[in-house]
Amino acid sequence: MADMSYTPTQTGSNVGKIALRWGLYLMLGLFALFYLMPLFVMITTSFKSLEEIRTGDLISLPREVTLDAWRTAWSGACTGIQCEGVRPFFWNSVLIAIPAVFISTLIGALNGYVVAQWRFKGANLFFALMLFGCFIPFQVVLLPMARMLGLMGLAGTIPGLIFVHVIYGLGFTTLFFRNYYVSIPSELTKAAKVDGAGFFRIFWSVFLPLSLPIIVVTVIWQFTQIWNDFLFGISFSQAGTQPVTVALNNIVNSTTGIKAYNVDMAAAIIAALPTLFVYVVAGKYFVRGLTAGSVKG
Amino acid sequence: MTKWLEENTPKLVLAPSFIIVLIFVYGFIAWTAWVSLTRSRLLPKYEIDGFIQYDRLFASPRWDTAFTNLFVFGFLFIVIAMILGLILAILLDQNIRTEGAIRTIYLYPMALSMIVTGTAWKWILNPGLGLEATVRGWGFETFTFDWLVNPEMAIYTIVIAAIWQSSGFVMALFLAGLRSVDQEIIKAAQVDGIPTWRVYTAIIIPSMAPIFLSAFIVLSHLAIKSFDLVIALTGGGPGYATDLPATYMYAMAFSRGDIGQAASSAMIMMMVVFAIVVPYLYSELRSKDG
Repeated sequence: MADMSYTPTQTGSNVGKIALRWGLYLMLGLFALFYLMPLFVMITTSFKSLEEIRTGDLISLPREVTLDAWRTAWSGACTGIQCEGVRPFFWNSVLIAIPAVFISTLIGALNGYVVAQWRFKGANLFFALMLFGCFIPFQVVLLPMARMLGLMGLAGTIPGLIFVHVIYGLGFTTLFFRNYYVSIPSELTKAAKVDGAGFFRIFWSVFLPLSLPIIVVTVIWQFTQIWNDFLFGISFSQAGTQPVTVALNNIVNSTTGIKAYNVDMAAAIIAALPTLFVYVVAGKYFVRGLTAGSVKG
Repeated sequence: MTKWLEENTPKLVLAPSFIIVLIFVYGFIAWTAWVSLTRSRLLPKYEIDGFIQYDRLFASPRWDTAFTNLFVFGFLFIVIAMILGLILAILLDQNIRTEGAIRTIYLYPMALSMIVTGTAWKWILNPGLGLEATVRGWGFETFTFDWLVNPEMAIYTIVIAAIWQSSGFVMALFLAGLRSVDQEIIKAAQVDGIPTWRVYTAIIIPSMAPIFLSAFIVLSHLAIKSFDLVIALTGGGPGYATDLPATYMYAMAFSRGDIGQAASSAMIMMMVVFAIVVPYLYSELRSKDG
């Protein structure tokens, strides 16, 4: 920490220091407003009637709070020809995210365990190949993936999307677990081997109990990535299997009827709630995942 | 047999992932590279025919716009997000009592889907009822802010929304960096009476070079992959004024039915990523093994 505002070496009066301090807080506050403003506008707009949106302004509070827009967004807004709101798509996203997060985390844990603790010739090459896979722009696999899903009979299905998310999540989950397990002394594995424990036994009773923090980080990272995904969702889904991000985009760009900004905003908040909730509840782990995914990458 | 199995369990565990990565990452890249060298249109063809798709790509005004936009957007996004992130980190590093809460506020956009971000900013920036109308309502009748529908300026709305989304993350990176600087050096400098701003510019910031590099890699990666934000905020419009390579590729692949163009534009995207990421990964892996 480089806190230098109270050091004795600084010259200047107390008044100057207090003014500086106020200026600092003022600036931090203004930046906070910048980050909060869109959320504030989304929330207030979603509680306004269309009439009030047309006559009022962007940042005023709703004169009359109405839940109509929320009801429409959840179960009545049109995403194309069907008008069922975001509800079915919200559940699609849940059905995609939960298995995909679970499977990719489990495989990533095993991969990371091997690469970090059971070094063999080629393990590093494997890790490098995996790591590189984290960075490819997914556009480069979209076309063959669409054909592959067709060949597998998974085109436009939820299992197909789960499959895609597992495959392209493996790089990051392996990376997270590998970096975590590499800091656990290899003597632990050796001692367990001497005691006669096998590969899976050591993983299950030695490593897994130590892994809670990295499991939390990985699950949050994967959940955020998969829930917020749009590219795979729009490329590999069809009318009934779209995730919530695709449905939201369709609602906003739907040309049927008049433009209902309050419904758009309510739908956007609904789509954002799960990841926002995770962020508020487990922000520390969220940030750790972000920095681990980048700094140590 | 059991002994063999026991010895090779680690390899067997890794094998499925290895095969998957070989096929679904490297095999697929090879497929796309191959198809980008053919005359594929609606359906893929496999007879190699040289660089015709790349010739078409670079002759296309739409690709020209998309590729130029990538550099305009990428440059502004990366530079401004880094500067803003650094300023926020330094401000927050001054023993702020409510640091935790402020950090949470600065960083929450990173948890949102780009589609949500795009939807929100599309509403705020729409000239009819959004910011422009609001400011006019306050009495500034001539206030104009129509970037969203102005082909010359629309790309900058994407810059604004992208910075809003990602600058908090850069702040978090820099804040972690500021706190890992050796405290002894800072104390020594203070004892010597070196002014605060000099301590930052001469000691702290130069020692954070690796963090700048990380931030640069992550942000450039985000910039190249930007797809959702453009789709949600401008849809690539007005016209194709805000197309990026990612949206160009998607349009060719899924609405124009031009697989050859989709493949060649995807390959160009990958080459841009490679040019940035490969030297970085190489040095990272080397320093880890060494």
